[in-house]
Amino acid sequence: MDRLRDKIIPVTTLLALLVVAWYAFAVVLNGPFQRDLDRRAGETPSYTEFLVKTWSQPKPTLPAPHQVAQNFFKTTFQVKPWSARSLVYHSWVTLSATMVGFLFGTVLGIVIAVGIVHFVALDRSLMPWIITSQTIPILALAPMVIVVFAAIGITGLFPKALISTYLSFFPVAVGMVKGLRSPEVMHLDLMHTYNASAAQTFWKLRVPASIPYLFASMKVAVAASLVGAIVAELPTGAIAGIGAKLLSGSYYSQTIEIWAALVAGSLVAVLLVALVGVAGRITERAMGGREA
Amino acid sequence: MSRFGISWQAGLALVLCAMAAVALPLAADAAFSAGTTVLIFALIVLCALASMTVASTAFAAAILFVGAHGAAWLLVSGIAGHEGSARASFFLLVAAAWLLAWRCVTELVTIRPKNRTADTMLRLIVPTIFGVWLLLLWEALVRGFGIPFVLLPPPSTIAVRIANSLPVLAADVNQTIFKAVLVGYVLGCGTGFAAAIAADRFIFLRRGLLPVGNMAAALPIIGVAPIMVMWFGFDWQSKAAVVVIMTFFPMLVNTVVGLTASGHMERDLMRTYASGYWQTLFKLRLPAAMPFIFNALKINSTLALIGAIVAEFFGTPVVGMGFRISTEVGRMNIDMVWAEIAVAAVAGSVFYGAVALVERAVTFWHPSIRGG
Repeated sequence: MDRLRDKIIPVTTLLALLVVAWYAFAVVLNGPFQRDLDRRAGETPSYTEFLVKTWSQPKPTLPAPHQVAQNFFKTTFQVKPWSARSLVYHSWVTLSATMVGFLFGTVLGIVIAVGIVHFVALDRSLMPWIITSQTIPILALAPMVIVVFAAIGITGLFPKALISTYLSFFPVAVGMVKGLRSPEVMHLDLMHTYNASAAQTFWKLRVPASIPYLFASMKVAVAASLVGAIVAELPTGAIAGIGAKLLSGSYYSQTIEIWAALVAGSLVAVLLVALVGVAGRITERAMGGREA
Repeated sequence: MSRFGISWQAGLALVLCAMAAVALPLAADAAFSAGTTVLIFALIVLCALASMTVASTAFAAAILFVGAHGAAWLLVSGIAGHEGSARASFFLLVAAAWLLAWRCVTELVTIRPKNRTADTMLRLIVPTIFGVWLLLLWEALVRGFGIPFVLLPPPSTIAVRIANSLPVLAADVNQTIFKAVLVGYVLGCGTGFAAAIAADRFIFLRRGLLPVGNMAAALPIIGVAPIMVMWFGFDWQSKAAVVVIMTFFPMLVNTVVGLTASGHMERDLMRTYASGYWQTLFKLRLPAAMPFIFNALKINSTLALIGAIVAEFFGTPVVGMGFRISTEVGRMNIDMVWAEIAVAAVAGSVFYGAVALVERAVTFWHPSIRGG
């Protein structure tokens, strides 16, 4: 009951308000064009007719929610998943690059974090750069990486995954450094009294202590990785993927398609973050953690 | 303290030198004169040996610093103009010089200076050496292997390009950063802040907004860029709109969380003073929320730049950083793209640094800054 009152009702109310506002904006934004059309056709539609018309233009400035939903439903469930018209296909193309990039990025981030925790020289020289690199718009590199790899004959999944990799390894590296350093002095002293070797301390104390940090940063990383894959599909006139769908939609002003692609991208994002969350909870439970 | 003994980096550097000596000459054509070659070998060998025999750590580090960078400088400047002619011994020497630099950093981090300025200097020098070596290795590998500059230009070419196209870069920065980013950043952070105050005032709104805001952090919001370009046209307004949307949610979520940061005791104290909602807000809760708000401002400084640049991929007037990147990529002027990225990186760091400085001034009371 508390959950219903504290979470579900407010969120649904807000979302419902959002949808209402969306319809209203659709009227405001599509209205001028519709009025123009009606004037040319010499029609004088009633107010309700006018409303309905603004919500059913083929290329509206702002498509109404049901138009987006219809298009999304059609391109997801009513066409074959492997045809180029299917959103499932495009989502899959983006998702595969995201997953490959995310996996590599996570592994790379963990390796860097382990190095940073164990070598002072690496810590002092690399850590400032990792932090600085967070402040620069790395995504701007994406088009160049794609084009340069295309020039030497590598296209498709790999260059996209590369961009995803390097968007996702920063959060993991930073989070893991924090996690591996999270054991308190007391715990480290205890390991010391057990005469534990550095490797034992690492595997039995530092790694378990870092797991919550790892999953928290993996959530950030997987979202970044998806953004990387989508942006990587923009510049090359790519033929497949959510980014390509956005770009072609913007070229041909097919606004409904853009919105449907956005919905697909958001669903993929939510799915990925949820998956990482579930994996984190399973791992935590397997390690004997209890919910706080 | 005895520090005589063989460090593995210096030892390996000597071994690499010996291997390089066997595999002479350095380059297929006459890139290196006999004198230069001898000088490079002498620098590396002498410095490696000296570093193992000198008593003071600081002195050893200084010797290594001079040796590593002198040798690297000779190698890189020698190969310039003779791209692709390098042979195995060139790369062996580069690796040896790099090992010496590594040794130098390892020596430097063991120094524990007494006074604070020296400590800060040391903290700056170590990452700088790393950054310089990144550029040196990049330069040496690109020139040594003769990678076509169309694919990957060396840093020196990029620097020349930056120096030669300052007016174009300035125009792009003006369009993208001073118009799109700043306007969007101020509007996005402002509305996010206002929404957070509203959400704080009305608990129903907070319960509804917070999950939505948290979820929005995971969404690829950047995808609204084509829509914004359609709505607001090609000029900077559409980019500012993307920036507003991207910066809104981090600000909202962080401010709402920050407003709950003040303790019960403090709030009770405010109540005993009979202070109203707004008084409590301005005198207690907002100052307490400042670390969170600045966290959002910092996150947003990066997001804003990314948003503006990526939005420009979807169409702009003929100026702007994103526009320049996408068109110069199309014309295979990769050095111009790198120049633009370097400028974007500097702009991003300066933006972030400015926010961080203001943070230090505003949240001077916070343990993370006071305890520094």
